[in-house]
Amino acid sequence: MSRILVYPLFSFLLVLLWMMLTRFSLGHFILGSAIALLAGKAAHALQPETPQFRGWRVIPRLIAIFFVDIIRSNIAVTRQILTEGWSGRKSKFIEVPLTIQSRTALSTLAIILTATPGTAWLEYVRETETLTLHIFDASEHERYLDIICNTYEPLLKELFE
Amino acid sequence: MSAAILTFALGYAQLVLSLAACVAGVRILRGPRAQDRVLALDALYIIVMLVFLVTGMQLGTMFFFEAAMIVATMGFVSSIALAKFLFRGEVIE
Amino acid sequence: MTPLAAIPLWLALPIAFLVMLGATLTLIGAIGFLRLGNFYDRLHAPTLATSWGMGGVVLGSLLLATQVEGRVILHELVIAFAILITAPVTLMLLGRAALHRDRSEGSTQLPDALRHRRSSETAENSESDE
Repeated sequence: MSRILVYPLFSFLLVLLWMMLTRFSLGHFILGSAIALLAGKAAHALQPETPQFRGWRVIPRLIAIFFVDIIRSNIAVTRQILTEGWSGRKSKFIEVPLTIQSRTALSTLAIILTATPGTAWLEYVRETETLTLHIFDASEHERYLDIICNTYEPLLKELFE
Repeated sequence: MSAAILTFALGYAQLVLSLAACVAGVRILRGPRAQDRVLALDALYIIVMLVFLVTGMQLGTMFFFEAAMIVATMGFVSSIALAKFLFRGEVIE
Repeated sequence: MTPLAAIPLWLALPIAFLVMLGATLTLIGAIGFLRLGNFYDRLHAPTLATSWGMGGVVLGSLLLATQVEGRVILHELVIAFAILITAPVTLMLLGRAALHRDRSEGSTQLPDALRHRRSSETAENSESDE
């Protein structure tokens, strides 16, 4: 069974996506399932390492925090762009020491940080386990350090490690 | 009444998004470096996708939705390829 | 314009608000693109368009389509999800590419700590450049 259905979650999402985009009917279910199985095999050939989800319960909290953070930084960045030139805003490169190590957790953190206006992920060095970020407003340095180390990292740790 | 509100909102959105597309176009022309142009092109793709969605809402058809999806996919793939190119100087290794 | 007239007012107002919000945020992002001084600042401007700029238009479109068709339409969420996942990947790659290029040129835009640090990845890159 596990040789046919390599990534159950991935294939299930693909079937759901296929039926959402076409129509909920038996024919489309069969066609979508065939495509999902093939795509699962192809994905397995590309990356044999299966990501592990451990703590499902934190997902709603993670999404809620991400959502609130996006709204907050949208407002902040909008205000800073509109007052650019006389607000004295400075951008800054900061370094954040990370404790998470799994690739899935790191890439989730990368997507969260880059999708939030105000922070851009530049580089992660595995040897020193530091992350280089570019932040739009240097005065928020402390806040970003706090939210990454004390909010996102424990959540991602619980979810993936 | 609701038709008037929606017509105004969608017209406003189209105007504002077209303006945004022009601004991104200016950045593509001005550069100054290759990464600025690629970044502007990526933003332009997203803006054009939004214009398609708004036009689809205005005309009430699903065709623009499919077009928007294709534009989004193409934008992602082309931006990735260009960013890869900036990294190494050659796309195929 | 007939489908638009059939929308009740209580739904038309949030749709109009969401679409106008999304379009305005996208324009502000684009203006930031034009006004900000250097590349790393400009890297933050498109995130306005890809977060709530896109979100507003997509949610408005979702509400409108659901009302017009008379059943729940979730197509737009596929676009929203795809953009939310793919846009950061592009921005991250572009940021890293810019850092790599600035480093190999010795640009003065970078702080000293970043200018000469060599990770295993950049070392690998510069080997293949030779």
